[in-house]
Amino acid sequence: MLALLLRRMLVAIPTLILVSMIVFMLQKIMPGDPVLALAGEERDPVVLAALRETYRLDDPLPMQYAAWLGQVLQGDLGKSLRTDVPVLELVGQKLPVTLQLAVMSILFAVVIGIPAGILAAVRKGTAVEWGANIAALSGMSIPNFWLGIVMIMLVSVQWKLLPASGYVPPTEDFWLSMKTMVMPAFVLSTGIAAYLMRHTRSAVLEALNADYVRTARAKGVPGRRVVLHHALRNALMPIITLVTLLFGELLAGAVLTEQIFTLPGFGKLIVDAVFNRDYAVVQGVVLCVAVGFILMNVLADILYIVVNPRLRHP
Amino acid sequence: MSANTVSMASVPTPPASGSRAWKKFKRNRMALLGGGIVLFFVIAALLAPWLATHDPLKTSFMAIRKAPSAAWWLGSDELGRDIFSRLLFGARASLMAGLVSVLIAMVVGVPFGLLAGYFGGWIDSIISRFTEALLAIPFLILAIALAAFLGPSLSNAMLAIGISAAPLFIRLARGQVLGIRKEDFVTSAKALGASHTRIILSHIVPNVIPPLIVQATITIATAIIAEASLSFLGLGLQPPNPSWGSMLSTAKNFMIQAPWMSLFPGIAIFLAVFGFNLLGDGLRDALDPRQER
Repeated sequence: MLALLLRRMLVAIPTLILVSMIVFMLQKIMPGDPVLALAGEERDPVVLAALRETYRLDDPLPMQYAAWLGQVLQGDLGKSLRTDVPVLELVGQKLPVTLQLAVMSILFAVVIGIPAGILAAVRKGTAVEWGANIAALSGMSIPNFWLGIVMIMLVSVQWKLLPASGYVPPTEDFWLSMKTMVMPAFVLSTGIAAYLMRHTRSAVLEALNADYVRTARAKGVPGRRVVLHHALRNALMPIITLVTLLFGELLAGAVLTEQIFTLPGFGKLIVDAVFNRDYAVVQGVVLCVAVGFILMNVLADILYIVVNPRLRHP
Repeated sequence: MSANTVSMASVPTPPASGSRAWKKFKRNRMALLGGGIVLFFVIAALLAPWLATHDPLKTSFMAIRKAPSAAWWLGSDELGRDIFSRLLFGARASLMAGLVSVLIAMVVGVPFGLLAGYFGGWIDSIISRFTEALLAIPFLILAIALAAFLGPSLSNAMLAIGISAAPLFIRLARGQVLGIRKEDFVTSAKALGASHTRIILSHIVPNVIPPLIVQATITIATAIIAEASLSFLGLGLQPPNPSWGSMLSTAKNFMIQAPWMSLFPGIAIFLAVFGFNLLGDGLRDALDPRQER
């Protein structure tokens, strides 16, 4: 089992290297002289020359990449041009906000999506299934940032129920933190809930047609028990994979959701960096997100092996 | 909202004959509704200059933030421009972005996918690893980063979205080819001495087309949202030209004073995306009889 785990981790290495190359190449697709972009408003030739030196812009491309990768491996993702704060530190500051948002969204999505999917499967061919399908398709089609705006207009402005923006860490004031996060988390969860619903629906449908379910029914197991105990159990197996895959979607969705609700997370960091032409930060955030995503996948595979005894002895 | 993927069985079914697929599609009322919505937006975009009640760029200080009325069907914005007319012209930007970026994604993605699937071996390894690496960066984050580095404009936004969506098509085409290349008709073509190019173009490509159509339709939906998101962030079509995303971006500053400014562009995006998603689902049911959604 240990060998299997180790092999799974090694497989991730080429992907990580390629990701680093893609992220490195981002700055190379920028039209014009990168030094001018890096320097911002600065036009002093001495400063420009120094920047050229720091980023080794006169070296051949592979050398530049090697130098960059060397720094990245030492945890040096460069500094923000605006604030001079190291990028890794910025990412560390913003991470808890986005993680809280993501975890709450996944909870919402699971609570909405899975029961809806079961209902749609069990009530196949009725108005319930039809309604659930339309709801799921709507969830996939509604732009997060618009839903956010509409919810602020209704819930915060019209009914004055929840704060429209701002962030309070849960360690400071737990209830206030929940209150500020509930709306953004719900908005972010809609798309994932839709996915989960569709997945659960087709998985339960499939399971309901399986032999073991027929056997269970034949020996007189009550209908509710068949669905919850026999069908759902097997239908939920791939959910670990699905949730990890959706985690990427979640981070992407967080970009606009955080923007609308002015939450100081990852998404806001990258958007502000884009606005400020703070390219080192953009690059750093993209790299961190991708590396996080790959590690999540490795973790999911390991979890799979741990959960599923059949995979332990290949 | 997300980069949807088509998870079709990679083993090919004999391509549903055109007429059978059409019959199945016609019976599917939701798919027809989706097609109708898409058609509605296409017509609105094409006829925008004739349907518009006002010049979409003309500002009027006499008509700032007017509520919807007979003169301003969907109200006016913070510069007194007519929202209905701007939505019509915005449909052009959104539909074009959806279409062009998906075309870019296909032109980049499909050939690589075909090569990887057909030749296998080290070609496949390289292409597949690269695809995995691209897929590790969430779709919208990659699109935002690319658009940011390329510079803000509609064509760069389309390029950024197209490149970000390309891995979806690489993976799909590769999977399809893997299923087909061991089929008898490919083996016999090889035995008859057909060249690789000929086998790929006349035996493999036709079988890959149905799932590609489905994926393309669904990806247009994703691309429309992505374009709206980029425009919302100021990385798409530049002002004063109207796009749904940038209209929402200014509208959010007037949520209280002029809610109609936020309402209608959002509904337009939602409906257009909903239409393409419905159509994509319907096409999937019609073109791949084995796929139970």
